[in-house]
Amino acid sequence: MLGRPAGVPGRVGGGLREVRGQVGGFYAAVVVRGFRRYATYRTATAAGVFTNSVFGLIVSYSYIALWDQRPHLGGYSQAQALTYVWVGQALLMTMALMGGGFEDELMERIRSGDIAVDLYRPADLQGWWLSADLGRSAFHLLGRGVLPMVCGALVFDLALPSDAVTWLLFLVAVALGAVVSFAVRFLVALSAFWLLDGAGVSQIAWLAGLFFSGMLLPLTVFPGVLGEVARALPWAAMLQVPADVLLGRHRGAGVLTALAFQACWGVVLLAAGRLLQSVAARRVVVQGG
Amino acid sequence: MAEDGTGAAGGDVIELDGVEKVFDVRRKAGVLRRTRHEVRAVDGISFTVPRGEVVGYIGPNGAGKSTTIKMLTGILNPSAGRIRICGIDPARERTRLARRVGVVFGQRTTLWWDLPLRDSYHLVRRMYRIEQERYRRNLEACVELLDLGPLLDVPVRQLSLGQRMRGDIAAALLHDPEVLYLDEPTIGLDVISKTKVRSFLREVNAERGTTVLLTTHDLTDIETLCRRVMVIDHGRLVYDGDLAGLHAVGESERTLVVDFARELPPVEVAGARCVKVEGPRQWLAFPAAASAAPLVAAVADRYPLVDLSVREPAIEDVIARMYGADADRTPTPGT
Ligand SMILES: Nc1ncnc2c1ncn2[C@@H]1O[C@H](COP(=O)(O)OP(=O)(O)OP(=O)(O)O)[C@@H](O)[C@H]1O
Ligand SMILES: [Mg+2]
Repeated sequence: MLGRPAGVPGRVGGGLREVRGQVGGFYAAVVVRGFRRYATYRTATAAGVFTNSVFGLIVSYSYIALWDQRPHLGGYSQAQALTYVWVGQALLMTMALMGGGFEDELMERIRSGDIAVDLYRPADLQGWWLSADLGRSAFHLLGRGVLPMVCGALVFDLALPSDAVTWLLFLVAVALGAVVSFAVRFLVALSAFWLLDGAGVSQIAWLAGLFFSGMLLPLTVFPGVLGEVARALPWAAMLQVPADVLLGRHRGAGVLTALAFQACWGVVLLAAGRLLQSVAARRVVVQGG
Repeated sequence: MAEDGTGAAGGDVIELDGVEKVFDVRRKAGVLRRTRHEVRAVDGISFTVPRGEVVGYIGPNGAGKSTTIKMLTGILNPSAGRIRICGIDPARERTRLARRVGVVFGQRTTLWWDLPLRDSYHLVRRMYRIEQERYRRNLEACVELLDLGPLLDVPVRQLSLGQRMRGDIAAALLHDPEVLYLDEPTIGLDVISKTKVRSFLREVNAERGTTVLLTTHDLTDIETLCRRVMVIDHGRLVYDGDLAGLHAVGESERTLVVDFARELPPVEVAGARCVKVEGPRQWLAFPAAASAAPLVAAVADRYPLVDLSVREPAIEDVIARMYGADADRTPTPGT
């Protein structure tokens, strides 16, 4: 009936490639699950699309007023500024700029001690949550991003590119931005291991994200050192960079530099997350009986 | 047995040697001041469990059972001592060990809240890289023995506690673990579910030779499953042997609960003493080894008996009586 215990898995043969394939299969399955999980909430998605669209309209009219006063503010034409607004709305949930990602769940698991379950599994904590959150991002890009964008394009004259390459580069920038966004939130969530109540850190990170991603105003608008700093911080990778890629503001190799900027932050922050995770797993106490 | 890859000496799957876990607890003692306390949750425990044995690990609340299990899975580092599971140091090689052990924490779930059971199992299969054929076989067996068939397509959040627990136990066994830790696997279950879980665990142990370490507050779990019992109290191992021996050591008592036709002063009968009176109901304690029949006869003979029931000694009571004298040996506050 039930089989005898297997020996040490992975040693039995199969070869490295096969093992890698299975590992990839596992994380891919988690991505798909992350996507599906949000796809089941249809009413919430519809309500979200509505909110994003209304928000987009309000911000658009404010931007129009602003750009009427200060044409070419931040180097954007009015059409470009409006496009920026709608890209922002499309990426708001994708990048979880106002929360709504995995971090609340992870912090709650740490606080309640359910993290114990995640820790004794033969899966990597960061890899697991990264996969789940990328699945969510992908869903939010499709479910909460496309329709508001279409809505914006119908109402306003947007400066959208007509060539496929720019769109493709935009998607790459969005993917990299999603990874950076995850990496930042992962660090924030892990703070709960030490603080238990991570709400304070969470709120600071959330405010910082809202401002430094360029959600309120494009970072190109800010003059001097503040602008320089804001554009160099990881949050710029979440909205400013993808928007600029879509607007075609990086010429030639400039696009690659922009993508490399995102990738660098992604690698650095993921590595920091790994480090923090291993410290947490070694030092920290899992709560509850 | 032959499958053992990493040479667990003498066939001992679980080895603990002088294991301790000290928690540092900070408490507020004023606006800014905080006092530090040390809680010795596990205070120098050593034991070994040979392959294929089912061991009950019992003790009162806060004794250190869950803490021990956490150390055995590697999610907590011991403060001192040495642990080897299948020859592996859990804290250092948690992930490698995870493929060879199964864990069920009664109060937590390994299943995914928003997924149907079936999909949770599918993720488990991927995570543990279980071959398709073996997975199918194991799942089939679990579904049959734990009666999971009608539940497979129900999202976990809609399962009742007992259904979820059965689902969790199956999830812990899909990858054929050599060792299974169960932390209160029957907590909150009804009698039927408990019976199902117990017979399933017996079956798994018999068929696969899985080594099982089980904590519980339900004496019946121990009686039906475990040949060996370990009692832990205040983080120390205070008994290691069979169940009968535990009762003998603990001088445990059963209780005869009698309902009389009216309120009476505490009854006096030979071989028992009245421990509690509540209206017309009285509680009479007598040695667990003695038969209840003569006592019942004596009481019925002399008093207006309406109803009665016999209560088995609770494990906690046995332990409480065994070590009641040491009760003040509570975790010592540090500086
Ligand atoms: N994270 C923690 N921080 C501080 N003290 C802890 C922590 N976890 C457990 N303890 C303490 O360690 C002791 C043992 O706890 P443990 O959870 O192991 O008990 P248990 O035997 O499982 O009890 P129960 O039967 O109630 O589940 C308790 O005194 C508890 O207060
Ligand atoms: Mg416990």
